[in-house]
Amino acid sequence: MEEKHILSILVDNEPGVLSRISGLFSGRGFNIESLCVAETMDPLISRLTLVTTGEPPIIEQIEKQLNKLINVIKVHDLTGKEYVQREMALIKVVAKPEHRAEILRTVDIFRCKIVDVGPDHYTIEVTGDEGKLSALLNLLKPIGIKEIARTGMIALFRDPK
Amino acid sequence: MKLTGAQIMMKVLKEEGVEIIFGYPGGVVIDIYDEMERTDIRHVLVRQEACAVHAADGYARAGNRVGVCLVTSGPGATNTVTGIASAYMDSIPVVIFTGQVPTHLIGNDAFQEVDTVGITRPITKHNYLVKRTEDLAKIIKEAFYLASSGRPGPVLVDIPKDVSVNQIDYKPLEKVKLKSYSPTYSPNVKQLHQVVKMIKKAKKPIIFAGGGVILSRAANELTELARKTQIPLTTSLMGLGGFPGSDPLWLGMVGMHGTYRSNMSIGECDLLFGIGVRFDDRVTGRIDAFAPNAKIIHIDIDPTSIRKNIPVTVPIVGDCKVTLAHLNKLLDKEDLGDLKKTRKQWFDQIEHWQSTKPLAYEQKDVIKPQFVVEKLYELTKGDAIITTEVGQNQMWAAQYYHYDRPNHFITSGGLGCMGFGLPAAIGAQLACPDKLVVDIAGDGSIQMNIQEMATVAQCNLPIKVVILNNGYLGMVRQWQQLFFDKRYASTCMEHAPDFVKLAEAYGAVGLRATKPEEVEPLLKEGLFSKKAVIMDFVVEKEECVYPMIPAGAAATEMLLV
Repeated sequence: MEEKHILSILVDNEPGVLSRISGLFSGRGFNIESLCVAETMDPLISRLTLVTTGEPPIIEQIEKQLNKLINVIKVHDLTGKEYVQREMALIKVVAKPEHRAEILRTVDIFRCKIVDVGPDHYTIEVTGDEGKLSALLNLLKPIGIKEIARTGMIALFRDPK
Repeated sequence: MKLTGAQIMMKVLKEEGVEIIFGYPGGVVIDIYDEMERTDIRHVLVRQEACAVHAADGYARAGNRVGVCLVTSGPGATNTVTGIASAYMDSIPVVIFTGQVPTHLIGNDAFQEVDTVGITRPITKHNYLVKRTEDLAKIIKEAFYLASSGRPGPVLVDIPKDVSVNQIDYKPLEKVKLKSYSPTYSPNVKQLHQVVKMIKKAKKPIIFAGGGVILSRAANELTELARKTQIPLTTSLMGLGGFPGSDPLWLGMVGMHGTYRSNMSIGECDLLFGIGVRFDDRVTGRIDAFAPNAKIIHIDIDPTSIRKNIPVTVPIVGDCKVTLAHLNKLLDKEDLGDLKKTRKQWFDQIEHWQSTKPLAYEQKDVIKPQFVVEKLYELTKGDAIITTEVGQNQMWAAQYYHYDRPNHFITSGGLGCMGFGLPAAIGAQLACPDKLVVDIAGDGSIQMNIQEMATVAQCNLPIKVVILNNGYLGMVRQWQQLFFDKRYASTCMEHAPDFVKLAEAYGAVGLRATKPEEVEPLLKEGLFSKKAVIMDFVVEKEECVYPMIPAGAAATEMLLV
């Protein structure tokens, strides 16, 4: 059975590290569903949050292979543990006069923000888990989505690790 | 102290105990070569850069140390790729230095520029682009440490021209420490206790050892374990020499061209004890039919090797030598009873397999390649270092030469790259100047790097090349014979050179045998010569390597003669 896993990976903040990781996934035929990376409090270390799917032995291999990379400091599999996760999206929707009120209402219900307004569009900033983002997108689709940019998932353990 | 990058490099190489570098000069490494000339480090000029890595690989394996290469940027670096990939697949400690265009030109498609680090990323254990002379010493030290520790492997260091030319204030470094790298050498003892129990319970156990035993220098510990527990033993191609080939517990190699009894034993065993192996497809055949009735114990220093290809009952991450030494101590405290008696039925079964289907060939009018290898074994008393090319020659070298000690069989196992044997022999001969080094070759593969005969001549090395000359790319021809109705597409090597004359052209001795009765006298003449010798044996053209497990078949479904 294929499972979805969220891996939180601490790596050396150096050029080439991302390509070592993406090369590992492409070279061995593993999946990357989403990937987010940015510096941590320590400028020498970056955190990479990666969502992947695979059968349990494949997930085990992925974690082991990641650990084998010299620039990988730590791999945490968050799946099955207590964690918080967020994803962000910027959604540019068609905003005709007859839809403007409805869009604003939806934005209000989902507790997101309008960050840019034009004569015939709104750009909405939304943060949440995957479910919330999909729900919002489903509601906006009939109104007309022009463009979308999503970050991919970031996540942290709940307990102080 | 003000030093240039090249001077720092030489200092660190001396600290790391480097005596020989295999390489080929070029524009961006001139400064390094100029500096090297002032040290006592010996440079061996190969004739093509892949051979620098193969030679360093052979040097590392025969001499149990890190092999070092130095080549220029661009084509120098791209030529090393095959050598690096072979060393990577076989986990051989090699450090490769490549020159790079000056830092300010990187990314500009400069003359002889390639993204060396990008190209070699998936075939090195780790690689570096040095951007500042200040980082050079630390990176070189890290490279040697990474190459030789844990599961060994090639590490590449790419040095831009300006990094080797710039002068900086140099302070010597003590030790290197990497925060994200600490291989596990000591095993989990709880697991070892379980292993003891399983060994005592097993009725039909078998040990399957591999290259990890040789890399961790665990041959003695392995031999002690097998004899103590009376478990018959087989190895992969890479494991040959990890256990004495003349021991009664020895079953011969396992896998696609393994012995009948080894493969049958794997099919029948109730306990399979994998030590320093990675369960490669050439060993397992069809996975679901591999050791179907067995509980499997697997020791390896690399966690990714464990449960990669086959499910395992007891996984043990650890160094083979450390783990086996520990296990042997635990076993000493146990009463194992009369194992020869309890295992009798199992030994009888194995003996039965052996007597029905031993390795065999029939020597008639034409020289059989197996006969040449067998005679070579007899005449050298198994004491030579054997390197091989790839294909039938490699398999016959594995089947008919018997290896009693580690580091005596040097072959491109994982990558299977033709052209490996001659340069590897150069490295092996330089690591062990007093040993007899023989490259067992085919007429096809020897031509892949025949130019290295010039290196042999320049270094005055007494290397012997035994060509099993069948006029074909024999292993592919064998597949065509067995699975493609004898349609020999592009496997017939017409217009081979006259190897005797070719030897002479390179300043070596050339000899040829065409009849079986000439084999022994010719081998004697060639092997005991003080010069480099090419011995051309014109052998049976359509001889096949048996047994053979067809690709994708079960280990027990062997084709026999």
